[in-house]
This record gives sequence, C-alpha cells and structure tokens, in this order.
Amino acid sequence: MKLQKSSKLTAYNRWGYAFVAPFVIVFAIFSVYPVLRTLYLSFTDLKILGKGNWIWFDNYKRVITDKFFWRALGNTLRIWGVNIVLQLGLAFLLVIIFSDVKYKMRGLPVFRILYYLPNLIAATSIAFLFNTLLDWRYGTFNILINSIYKLFGATYNPIDWIGSGSTAPYTLAVIQSWMWFGNSFLMLMASVQGINREYFEAAAIDGANRWTTFGKITLPLIRPIMMYVAITSLIGGLQMFDLPFLMVSQSGAAYRDVQTVMMYLYRFGFTTGSTQTGYASAVAYMLFLIILSVSIVQYKFFNKER
Amino acid sequence: MVGYKIKKGLLYAFLVLLAAACLFPFLLMMVNATRSGVEITRGFTLIPGTSLKENMDQVFKFFNPFRGILNSIIVAVPATLLSAYFSALTAYGLGFYKFKGNNFIFFMILIFMMIPGQLSLIGFYNLCSKLHLINSYIPLIVPSIASAGTVFFLRQYIISSMPPALIEAARMEGASEFYIFNRIVLPISKPAVATMGIMGFIGNWNNYLLPMILITKNEKMTLPVMMATLRSSTDIQRNQGAIYLAVAISVIPILLVFACFSKYIISSVTAGAVKE
Repeated sequence: MKLQKSSKLTAYNRWGYAFVAPFVIVFAIFSVYPVLRTLYLSFTDLKILGKGNWIWFDNYKRVITDKFFWRALGNTLRIWGVNIVLQLGLAFLLVIIFSDVKYKMRGLPVFRILYYLPNLIAATSIAFLFNTLLDWRYGTFNILINSIYKLFGATYNPIDWIGSGSTAPYTLAVIQSWMWFGNSFLMLMASVQGINREYFEAAAIDGANRWTTFGKITLPLIRPIMMYVAITSLIGGLQMFDLPFLMVSQSGAAYRDVQTVMMYLYRFGFTTGSTQTGYASAVAYMLFLIILSVSIVQYKFFNKER
Repeated sequence: MVGYKIKKGLLYAFLVLLAAACLFPFLLMMVNATRSGVEITRGFTLIPGTSLKENMDQVFKFFNPFRGILNSIIVAVPATLLSAYFSALTAYGLGFYKFKGNNFIFFMILIFMMIPGQLSLIGFYNLCSKLHLINSYIPLIVPSIASAGTVFFLRQYIISSMPPALIEAARMEGASEFYIFNRIVLPISKPAVATMGIMGFIGNWNNYLLPMILITKNEKMTLPVMMATLRSSTDIQRNQGAIYLAVAISVIPILLVFACFSKYIISSVTAGAVKE
C-alpha cells in the first residue's frame, strides 16, 4: 500500500518535466547558447564570417588599453550620474510631498499615472520627438524660449541642445530622468504606503512633528528601496543605447561626448565596414564584468542593511 | 491657517506643473503634427493647423506607419501570449513538482536574471544568422517562451497564492495534471500573469536594438525600427510636421493600451517595491 502511494507520487512529479520542458529547450537555445557563444567568440579574431583564430586574451587586452572604450564608459557614467541625481531627487521630493502628514495631498492616483506616462513611450519615438523639439534653429523649444526673451526685450542666443558636445550629455540626462522619475516615484511611494500605519499613529501620539516622523520612520524604511532603484538604474544605465544612438548622429560634433559603451559595442559588432565580431564580444564581456561587480556591491550592501 | 492654505496651494501648483511637463511634449507633438513645416519654424502656438493631410501624404511617401504597427502587433502579441502561458506553466512546474534538476533550473534562472540581455547580443545574432533566421520573426517571438524574470516572479506568486489542498482535491476527482494547470492554477494566477503580460507587451512593443539588428527588409520592420529610418530621409527631415505626425502615430497605440490597462501597469511597476 505504502509502496503504491509513493509510486503514484512519483507519477505526479514526472509531470514536472513535461511542464518545464518547453522552457528548458528554448532557454538552452536562445539564452544559454548565445552567452557561451559570445564568450567563445571573445577569444577569437573573427571579423564577420568564416572562422576566427583562437587568440587568447588579445581582445581583452585591446579593450583595456583602448582609450575610446574608457571614454565611452566615462560618457555612459556621466549621463547616468546626472540622470540619477535628477530622477531620484525628483521622486524623493514627490514622496515627501505625498507622504506629508500635515498637508495630506490628494490626487495621487491621477498624478502618478501622469508622471509615469513618459516611461511607456518607445525610446525611438522619444528620440525623434525631442530631436525635433530641440532642434537648434527650427525647434519649437528654442522658438518658445526666444519669444519669452522677446517679451522682456532680451535677445536669446539659441542653445544647441543636442548638437554640441558641451550640452548634449546633459540634455540626454534630463530626457532620461524625464522618462524615469515617475517609475522611481511609484517604487518609492509603494514602499511608503507599505509602511504600517501604526508606526505613524504611535509617532503622532508621542507628539513627534512631521519632520521627525519623516526622518525617523519614513526615511529609514525607504532607504533600501532607494538603493535598489539606484542600483537597477545603474545596471540599466550602463547599457544605455537607444536615445544617444538615435539623437546624435555619428558624424555630429557631439558624438564623441555621448558615445556610450553599448554604442561602442554596436560599432564593432554590427556596423558594416567596421565589424569585428571577436572584439565586440570581448567588449560585451567587459561590460558584463563591470555590471557584475556593481551587482556584487549591491548584494553586499543589501546583506549589511538587513 | 492662511499660510497653510497658501503653502498647500503652492505644493499643488508644483505637482500640476510637473504633470504638465510630462504631457507638454506630447501636446506639442499633436499640435505640430497638424501644422506645416514652415508654420512650425515661424512661431510657437498651441492652435492646431490645417496641414494634417499634407503631412500624412509626406509620411506615407516615405513609409507606411500602419504596416509598422501591424508588424509590431504580429511580433508583440504572440510573444506576450507565449511568455505569459509558458512562464506560468514553468513556474507551476518548478513550484509544485519535485523532480531531479528542479533546483538546478531555478538556479540558472537566478543567474540569467543577473546577466544583461546585451551580453548575448553577438552570440544571439551569430546563432540566428547560422539558422537563417535573419529577417524572420522567430527570434523575436520564440525566445519569450523562456523569460527568466517572469518565471521567477510567477513562481513566487503561485507558491504563495495556490493552496496545495485544491490541487490534491482535483487529483482525487481524477483531473489530469494538465487540466489542473489550465483550469485551476492559471485562473488563480491570472492577476500576476496579466501584470507580467502587460509589461512584457510594452517591452516587446518598444524593443529597438534586437529587431533593428535582425530585421533589414523594409516591409518587415517593426514600428520602432521603421521610425528610426526617419533619420536617413533628408526629404522628410525638411518638414518637421511630418516627423511629428510619424511620432504621433507611433505613440498612439501605446497610449490606448495605457488608457485601458493603467491599473495593471501601475501595480506591476510597484510589484517589485512591495516584494522588497
């Protein structure tokens, strides 16, 4: 009797294989294999087609010594850095406003939808929208600013928002934060709403004022989630591609200041004429190593927080 | 008390201003889409113009945005459905059955959630060109059967919300394992599946880099890839109105999705925050 029961149990469990089989097959082909294939290619000197020669770590040596790679990494980090300060700062400010116990602001359901909206639109559409709006001579933004200047009798010297290397990275950073602050705000606000009401009530009974309540209850409880938002944003930001790629042309003056690591990778991986598949694979793995170290720091940090 | 009201009013003004900043570019887009290129360069207004027809003609001379929308639907809808169904199936299989390799598969899912998608881009392209899948939708659709992140999320959800007693009871009644999944597990996990599905759809719809690399034929381009070809047209670049119109057409479908599913979308963004 007992034996029969256990064999019946195994019969059920065998269905587990059937249920995960499609996932495992597709996962092996389209996820695992490409990752290993890229690793293999990164040790070869493959250009486009045919067979490359095994060249050990030569590609990696080249990445590490190529100043353009480091410049691309620097560009990426600069755009991300400005972006995250604005994005988290704004989200944080909104959390302070909406969680304030004195003012009790209403309309959160509507505001959060509006703030989140830019995050939904494809980066390609955003890129063309802002490219056109921010055009140096004919863009609506400069025309609008110009007419405001005129109103006060001043003359406006049009700023080349995305055409010049000194402004383009910051313009991109602002657009990025415009796209993402709503997302960060939603995450932070959800964690504030997840805080037990009793904490606030206890604080009110003890006579804590609103800033003490915020500093002693709200802030410590949302700090981990702020860290989480910042780190996931860094991991995403290191892979930034669509906006700078589409908004700044390769022949433009600003290109060298906005070329990100992914754009650098794309240049060697997929651009006709400069394709060096093996080298691009090594760039991909370098980027992965950088992202991995960020993830490890995050993991360490989180364990300490708890 | 007066100071309190003024301060509160200022805070609302700030919130409204920020909301306006989120909407303003889209509003300008809509207005400018109806104005001619010359009108746009001449001055700023929020009053719609009369050149919608001309702009439309110019956009269609360059490409057919509805073709792009159709292609994007052909890619994003099956990819979303496959991801939703198979992720739930895998999540249930991993969460409720004990078999050899179960833990290993879960471990691999965790590992691959940490690996950025871009890492495998070159290997993925290499694989597709070997399998003659360039300009095919298969590499854009089929891989969504294995969405590691979705499986991870659904596994947690199914384990916490699916009472094992219900499955036992169904087995007693003689229901097959497959029937149990389709008729009991799937309906119970519907909120989570819908949440992941909506986000997956938007991700697929907006995806640019991978389809840009894989699809080179004009008539097969998805909407974002098609949009990006605007760059190469000096003809259309001369008329800003046409560009605004093309952008507007590309934005409208996602706005419709958002209008219908904003509740799910908002809850899926915060799903990660509450979990922490």
